[in-house]
Amino acid sequence: MKTDNSMQQNFAILKKAEDIGILVLNGWKVAVESASLFLETLYWIVVGPFRGKPVDLKALFQQMVFMGFESIKIVFFVTFFTGIVLAMQSAHQLSKMGGTIYVASLVTISLCRELGPVLTALVLAGRIGASITAEIGSMKVNEQIEALDTMGINPVRYLVVPKFLALLFMLPILTVLGNASGMFGGYMIGVYNLKINAGLYIQTAFKFLTIKDIYTGLSKSLIFAVIITMVGVYQGLKTNGGAVEVGRATTISVVVSFILIILADCLMTGIYFFVKM
Amino acid sequence: MDDKSDIILSVRQIGKIYNGRRILDNVSFDICRGEVFVIMGGSGCGKSTMLRIMAGGVAPDSGQILFNGQDMSAVKGEEREKMRRRFGMSFQSAALLDYLTVEENVSLPIKEHTKLDPHIISIMAQTKLNLVGLQGFEKFMPNELSGGMRKRAGLARAIAMDPQIVFYDEPTAGLDPVVCAVVDRLILDLTRKLQITSIVVTHNMESVFRIADRVAMLYQGRLLEAGTAEEIKNTSNPIVQQFIRGDIEGPIQIA
Repeated sequence: MKTDNSMQQNFAILKKAEDIGILVLNGWKVAVESASLFLETLYWIVVGPFRGKPVDLKALFQQMVFMGFESIKIVFFVTFFTGIVLAMQSAHQLSKMGGTIYVASLVTISLCRELGPVLTALVLAGRIGASITAEIGSMKVNEQIEALDTMGINPVRYLVVPKFLALLFMLPILTVLGNASGMFGGYMIGVYNLKINAGLYIQTAFKFLTIKDIYTGLSKSLIFAVIITMVGVYQGLKTNGGAVEVGRATTISVVVSFILIILADCLMTGIYFFVKM
Repeated sequence: MDDKSDIILSVRQIGKIYNGRRILDNVSFDICRGEVFVIMGGSGCGKSTMLRIMAGGVAPDSGQILFNGQDMSAVKGEEREKMRRRFGMSFQSAALLDYLTVEENVSLPIKEHTKLDPHIISIMAQTKLNLVGLQGFEKFMPNELSGGMRKRAGLARAIAMDPQIVFYDEPTAGLDPVVCAVVDRLILDLTRKLQITSIVVTHNMESVFRIADRVAMLYQGRLLEAGTAEEIKNTSNPIVQQFIRGDIEGPIQIA
């Protein structure tokens, strides 16, 4: 009996090891496939024009309007209130040390370096990442991707490239807008609630802001744009089955985008923190 | 028809395995230029996979497809794209891009593969739409059309690049009997008028004997029987007979 038990335990351990192995292999497969999708996208952006297949400007423009212009309101809404919250929270702490005036620089720098890019990217992952997966996923289950392929039209070139470029252009622009609206939120609290002189508030806000803060934030938003489109497209193209699968893929796309955005943010902040540039 | 030069597509010992299950097993047949060739068989017998392998969308695990005597798997890159442009495909769900109008759908392959003036492309698309009887519907979106009209629009797109072979995946599935007959008539008309070869996958028996010059029946991944429509109709094979008549009792195993 005893040997039986220990054998069973051994089997259980083996089973666990096997599960972990499968998980790692799957993760590796996803990483490799996503990377090759990314490389194929870059290939068509760079080589496409030389093969007589440049980016469809009409599609690019449509995507830019959809992803950029139509996201302005929600980005403004989210960052504006974050700016307000940030100002109120920091005012509470800073006032104890008599440094209420520094609310202005704290709000500005944390928005430009961190919160602006991350919040804008998260909003766009919810809005755009989900829509990319749902669109491409339903095209996949309705044989439309296969139809493009049989017509000799590369789906990556035709569908993915305009989305990729559009978000790569629009996310940094939206981030700048988000930063500005967050600062505006902070200004409202600083000037109308904390009674800081308007001119002084603005002066302090930009006093400690360096050019590095700006490009740190914008370089993050470029990486986030790549994450959102690639995760969205990858999940869409992987969809098989029917409507339920499209829904599932959309959920996975948003969740994975959120996690990767936070991880990438942590990694990049780490790089900027430890590597003095 | 037995003349070798008349064979446009030759299927040689094709095998395919999906998730450890053998979908196709050593299937071979030849398709002649200008004929309507029907592949019939029950659901899950591998006929759709066969169609995709012939159209070059799916790679077989073993065997070859010869198009005009040339092994398709040996052709790569740009040449392969050119070869596949000589094929058109009509999908079961029509597979029109739903954010484009009917005309934009039909002109899409022309626009992508040629440098013609948009005005000329539009005329070409309208000619194809006339051929399938959809004049006047150019500006409609796919979701504003009935199932049969969508199928016909898909067909117009399949013939947009003047292909040599058109593949049809279940062209009459989900259509009422009259529209079925219309689509069948269209397949025959296009085959004769445009001198294309039509390869049709279907399990609609009425349709089979209305359009087919020759028929192949797949059963459990194997080629059960192939011959002219007349030969198949009068075959002594009990499985084929049960399939044609749609009997419940018989040798066919229902999974």
